[in-house]
Amino acid sequence: MNKVLMQGNKIIGEAAVRAGCRFYAGYPITPQNEIPEYMSERLRQVEGGVFVQSESEIAAIHMVVGASAAGARSMTSSSSPGISLKQEGISSLAACELPAVIVNMMRGGPGLGNICPSQGDYFQATRGGGHGDYRVIVLGPDSAQELADLTMDAFDLADRYRTPVMILADGMMGQMMEPVVFKEPKPRDYPENFVMKGAGSGKSKIIRGLILDPLEMEEHNWTLQRKYQVIAQRETRHELYKTDDAEMVIVAYGTAARIAEGAIKRLRETGLRVGLFRPITLWPFPTNELRDLAKKIQDFLVFEMSAGQMVEDVRLAIQGKARIGFHGRPGGVVPTPVELANVVMRHYDPKEGIIDPLA
Amino acid sequence: MMVKTIFSGFGGQGVLMMGYTLAHGAMSAGYQVTYLPAYGAEVRGGTANCTVAVSDDEIASPIASKPDNIVVLNTPSLYSFQNRVAPEGALFLNSSIVAVKPSRHDVRIFKIPSSEIAEQLGNPRTANTVMMGAFLKVTGLVPSDIYLSSMETVMGSKKKSVIEINRKAFAAGYEFLK
Amino acid sequence: MKKVFGRPKSMKSNIFHYCAGCGHSLAHRLIAEVIDELDIRGITIGVPPAGCAVLAYNYFDVDMIEAQHGRGPATATGIKRALPDRVVFSYQGDGDLAAIGIAESFHAANRGENITVIFMNNAVYGMTGGQMAPTSMLGQKTTTSPAGRKNVLDGYPIQISEIFAQLPGTSYIERCTVNSPASILKAKKAIRKAFQYQIDGLGFSMIEILSPCPTNWKMTPIDSCRWIDEVMTKQFPLGVIKDIPAEAAKARKEGGQKP
Repeated sequence: MNKVLMQGNKIIGEAAVRAGCRFYAGYPITPQNEIPEYMSERLRQVEGGVFVQSESEIAAIHMVVGASAAGARSMTSSSSPGISLKQEGISSLAACELPAVIVNMMRGGPGLGNICPSQGDYFQATRGGGHGDYRVIVLGPDSAQELADLTMDAFDLADRYRTPVMILADGMMGQMMEPVVFKEPKPRDYPENFVMKGAGSGKSKIIRGLILDPLEMEEHNWTLQRKYQVIAQRETRHELYKTDDAEMVIVAYGTAARIAEGAIKRLRETGLRVGLFRPITLWPFPTNELRDLAKKIQDFLVFEMSAGQMVEDVRLAIQGKARIGFHGRPGGVVPTPVELANVVMRHYDPKEGIIDPLA
Repeated sequence: MMVKTIFSGFGGQGVLMMGYTLAHGAMSAGYQVTYLPAYGAEVRGGTANCTVAVSDDEIASPIASKPDNIVVLNTPSLYSFQNRVAPEGALFLNSSIVAVKPSRHDVRIFKIPSSEIAEQLGNPRTANTVMMGAFLKVTGLVPSDIYLSSMETVMGSKKKSVIEINRKAFAAGYEFLK
Repeated sequence: MKKVFGRPKSMKSNIFHYCAGCGHSLAHRLIAEVIDELDIRGITIGVPPAGCAVLAYNYFDVDMIEAQHGRGPATATGIKRALPDRVVFSYQGDGDLAAIGIAESFHAANRGENITVIFMNNAVYGMTGGQMAPTSMLGQKTTTSPAGRKNVLDGYPIQISEIFAQLPGTSYIERCTVNSPASILKAKKAIRKAFQYQIDGLGFSMIEILSPCPTNWKMTPIDSCRWIDEVMTKQFPLGVIKDIPAEAAKARKEGGQKP
């Protein structure tokens, strides 16, 4: 298939439609407005395509709840403040075991914040986000190509585990154009018996998260937790960059990982052997893979466009077996590779290891 | 090789189009490329800019804190970006509109009266393409034929005559710098 | 022997958990009878609310999906847009529709979603213990307006049906009650018309039902029925508020009679 130059937000829209997404509801918010705009046109062109500009983020996610229950591959998208509003519906999707894809093009926060690229929603995304004991599969693309690939994968994962899946990117990923090749989507594999379409002549179906009996509710919780365990075992993804000979490793995802790669190239020119561990699934976090790496690497630097969120998962994975430093820029600042390289040179000495570790 | 360029000017001058066609051309020429427009409230009120990175290796950051080139179509853009150009970098000015002298002396400055040239060709809206002709003559980032074919692809839905005048504008800009 | 009264086929055999004298069980039964009569059990999808009727899926024998508080019309929109040939209804209380879900309800109505909303107005939050609702009467004592609802602090009872009738997107809106045999029959007729309009693709319909809540009103069921007549209907007059299809039919008929 042809390589095309496309904007990140539109790539998500195109990948979604190619993957069979036929229902989109959303509400305008910068920096992801091109997703609803693109979907409004693209879903007109495909049979059964439905686009609704909803009255709010809350309405959008609940429309997705309905459409997903009715069997449509469904998606909504927003940016940080809007994702906060969607949490009620995401909790419902998790409770009712309904598949859906939610895109968060993160911007600087908290509050209204700004519209610049940020990674401040990591906690919200990876800890569930809404009320109750649940998790959302969270994918952190770092390129246009991954935006396309992971969006398609997101629909498959959502169906396979009947659970909401979030694409967690940022304003820069959404606005940037990069060449992309759309892969052939897999045919949808979703059992008909999960679809609510009227009882016909058969037994009527109930989709609900309300379970008043605490023991029954507990059992439903354990059912969900067992599912999350399976997801954690099977679906964890990460990528290594120049870690084979590395003495020190940066841990970063998404836009921050791109910046880290740029920094690593510069650092290697000065003789510092630095590598990158890039989680692709942020939940489930590649805990075991990072722990294994800590058997041979003694120094890690976590780099995020936040005040330090993923660093907690890194600490949980490494369990004190290596030194962990942190560099973060919250609020919508995108640091340069040069800045990060300078930070590494200031805080890392091949003989001493990470100096002044955060913890 | 890694070359980053910022294009800037008023909204409507075709600033984003310059970046987009360059990015498309660079992709067609086999390079890695990123294109990042300024967006949201930042660009309300009439100014526009975008950053294009072209490289033969993976591009870490699509942002240019020290661009190799800046292309400036109006005066406010000169003030905004001239201090960011890397030393020995290049500064392309639309001298028909920008009357101010740049404050930088450590960069190469190319003054192109692109609005006047475009007007002489009969379509003032092609000033951006005139600029691209001059820009590619100096930087050689993308071969002209590849760029022009990308321009046609990008303008795909436009009329033949529009593409023709843009080809002429490109040639005029290319010829302007000896 | 001919059976003259029985459980509608669209109802399960579960016993209602509703209080004695509550309007929900009546409304449920009327909806189920209409579903039976229109023979649409197999293509109907219901959206129960948060509130006393949250367990409605234990009583209706049709496909049902719960909605979070107030979000019924959004969820119903998603279902109806994905499956346009199904009959979709949302069942909502006054807190659900007129307070927390006003945006979802208002905009579903404004879009003219081809769904039916059953709006149960009992002037209190029933399930949570009788707190003040957006439709509580001025002066009405509730657990959160112990001195009675005051307009300066609490605003006025909202006439949702009249407001929604202003929206060009709505097709049919009627306010009914279920406090007497006659009013129950009238309510059923209205519900049937609303579902029929949806089947005919005529757009958004809403039936508001003034519903007794003896427990939270702290009245006997009989007094509750009387209170609806004497107090509630003064604020919320009964009757057809808007019926575009009927008006259009009437206009056609009159037009046809002209020479």
